Amino acid sequence: MPRANAVNAAESGGPNTIVWDERGELEVLTFDIGTETFALEATLVREILDLLPETYVPGAPPLVSHVVNFRGRIVPVADLRLAFGMEATDVTANSRIVVIELPLDGEPTLLGLRTDHVHEVATFSAASSEEAPIVGVRWQREHVRRLVRWRDDLVVLPDLHAIFAPALSGASSAARS
Amino acid sequence: MSEDPTATFRVEAGELLDQVEQGLLDLGHRLDDMGLVNAVFRGLHTLKGSGAMFGFDALAGFTHHCESAFDRVRKGEVPATPELVSVILSAGDHMRALVDGNPSPADGDAILARLADAVEKARGGGAADAPVPAAKAGTPGWKLFFRLPVDAMANGTNPLMLLDELRDLGECEVAVRTDVLPPLGQLIPNECHLGWDVTLRGDIGREAIEDVFIFVMDDMTLEMSPLDAAPAETAAEAATATSAPAPAADTQAASPAPAAAPTPAADRPAATAAANQPAGENVRVPAERLDELMDRVGELVIAQSRLSQLAGNRHDLVLRSVSEDIERLAGELRDTMMVLRMVPVSTLFGRFRRLIHDLARDTGKAIELRTEGETTEVDKTVIERLFDPLVHIIRNSCDHGLEKPEDRLAAGKPASGLVRLSAHQAGGEVLITITDDGRGIDRERVRAKGEANGLIEPGAQISDEDLLGLIFHPGFSTAAQVTNLSGRGVGMDVVKRTIESLRGSISVASTDGQGSTITLRIPLTLAIIDGLLVRVGESRYVIPLSAVEECLELSLEDDLRSRGRSLITLRDRLVPFLRLRELFSTGTRPDAHQKIVVVATGRERVGLVVDQIIGNHQTVIKSLSAFHRGVNSFSGATILGDGNVALILDVGQLVAMAQPREETLRAAS
Repeated sequence: MPRANAVNAAESGGPNTIVWDERGELEVLTFDIGTETFALEATLVREILDLLPETYVPGAPPLVSHVVNFRGRIVPVADLRLAFGMEATDVTANSRIVVIELPLDGEPTLLGLRTDHVHEVATFSAASSEEAPIVGVRWQREHVRRLVRWRDDLVVLPDLHAIFAPALSGASSAARS
Repeated sequence: MSEDPTATFRVEAGELLDQVEQGLLDLGHRLDDMGLVNAVFRGLHTLKGSGAMFGFDALAGFTHHCESAFDRVRKGEVPATPELVSVILSAGDHMRALVDGNPSPADGDAILARLADAVEKARGGGAADAPVPAAKAGTPGWKLFFRLPVDAMANGTNPLMLLDELRDLGECEVAVRTDVLPPLGQLIPNECHLGWDVTLRGDIGREAIEDVFIFVMDDMTLEMSPLDAAPAETAAEAATATSAPAPAADTQAASPAPAAAPTPAADRPAATAAANQPAGENVRVPAERLDELMDRVGELVIAQSRLSQLAGNRHDLVLRSVSEDIERLAGELRDTMMVLRMVPVSTLFGRFRRLIHDLARDTGKAIELRTEGETTEVDKTVIERLFDPLVHIIRNSCDHGLEKPEDRLAAGKPASGLVRLSAHQAGGEVLITITDDGRGIDRERVRAKGEANGLIEPGAQISDEDLLGLIFHPGFSTAAQVTNLSGRGVGMDVVKRTIESLRGSISVASTDGQGSTITLRIPLTLAIIDGLLVRVGESRYVIPLSAVEECLELSLEDDLRSRGRSLITLRDRLVPFLRLRELFSTGTRPDAHQKIVVVATGRERVGLVVDQIIGNHQTVIKSLSAFHRGVNSFSGATILGDGNVALILDVGQLVAMAQPREETLRAAS
């Protein structure tokens, strides 16, 4: 962990490190995307919305190719499947958009995440968390901060900064990918 | 944000420095105006005081030196000189750096050295033998009487603190005067009707005592006489004081400087008048709260349009009348909101006085700045984004346009060059013109340069407008000699692009030997525009109506014929066009009756092929998130009546995108 942190901290001053409270716990919102369960700090979450009509932005980075009207604000919607190399799944009655506020480039940015199922707010403990293993997972390791055992599942705490930083630099990275 | 007191201090310090700067610039023209001297001194003093209070010790220390220098001017020991003004101006820049926390210490020392020099020179330059106020060494002390204005406590002055400060100066005896105290029945407890007699013993300078009262001095009554000295000096003042009514509005404080006659407000130029505190009550609101309010109003306008759509579909008269009421209210609210965001251009023009001052110094030319129409109001965002382009234009005028004094005299013009900035409103636009009375643009040189850069054919016949328009071309600069002010070959094209990104336009006119005029036309607001709603594939887009020239049908025949070469003939002119369907890779089949929307920026036009023209749409412009700012084709987004998002096309970018193709095609044909 210290090594991974040093890299992250050097890059962005460490907004992507996990801040466990004094009891070593963390309040998170858990949700499913495809077959995986993810969790994000509950403090990041602004709102959970039913699916909204989305508008495609031609030329935008594929990860954030759509926008929605979130109470009069134009908010990009991201599909984390692309960051984790998952197949697209059909929209179900349980599909939701989780709106989070992420400090990107020094400004708080609203961002919608397409999810297949939102579970609940849960409390994770640092003791049951571990680093992503080097082998045995199919997705890019730098997109994961920690894995946490929760109930019978292994939950991914994604590194949103690592995932979204390339999309922020815009068309150039879109051309590369 | 306001929780951080140092942030608040930074904002306030910035404003104080602006005021000081304006005062100094005025002082540069009227060196003997003691009102200005006092204003500058007070600004510096406040900055020092609050700087120290918020822990900006370096700032307080540095400002102290400038303040002391100005104090001597105020007391008539040293006359104000242009050098002194100029040094304090650069000191102001250093203070700004100190406030922002990125100073270079060498600067500070250099400025202080120059300051000491300037003061020394000013002293030697005569007038140094102005009467030095009575600060005789070894004075046994002072006898004071002071009375504060009735509303002093309401304005935050605490008489106890003043008395404490006096006590700090030396041994102090205080006696209260209750002669004007109203009867208890009429007494309002937060009014101040007391006066104080103070006997202060010790070797204390007059200015130390005056410093105690510096913030209330203008409105209060203060009498001072040295102990054991005949009070003849203050007799006259004492007379006014005793006969002064309680509000003491006109009672002048015992003026520290002999010539401190206040200048009548009418003498002052508009800029200073604006810098002074306006009489009305103002509320300071962070800009983002206004933006938030604007967002809410925008949402309301959108919700209202949905409501009126609904009401229109039903035959419910009550619903209709409610809907109409809400429509009217929403409209009024929107208009009020727009006014809230408007700022007079004086806030912008004021900042150029310093620029002109520096330019005059750097170029060795005498330059006068005249401003007109400063009360014209423009959206705050527009004002901010106009600053850089205007700096560039003004620099160009001063550097290239205005001649050296001797050349001007030879040409029969006054030695001092004139730059005129004016603003006025015309319909939904604001016209800003920058005029100089210099030599004008050298058309021959523009032509030669244009030919050398391959922008025009050698010897080609082009209109005057086109010829002058070449200066806005990227990489164009006529300055034979590159100076550090302008002439780096980047500039006017950037200016043009910035103005166009504000949905404005720029034009230039010039008369040989008489100067040139640059005119900017800027829309009043960026928040709401009229748009043309179109459909491309399954998505809807908004094209700013101001850019639309005409709409026509793309016949199947034209469509087929134009495969491979995207040009149509429009009244004998070839116009390139872009198939938005392909550009946006919609993956849909074209409609049978596609339309071409011809849009233009300046003289360049482009046809945009769309599937359907839906109609007019009042558009509340929303900005795109950081993720989509890199996408060139769109300048923003809007929310439609049904709650969906539609993107707003960036016409300038689309036109630019189509131009290179046109040029290659021209070359090929």
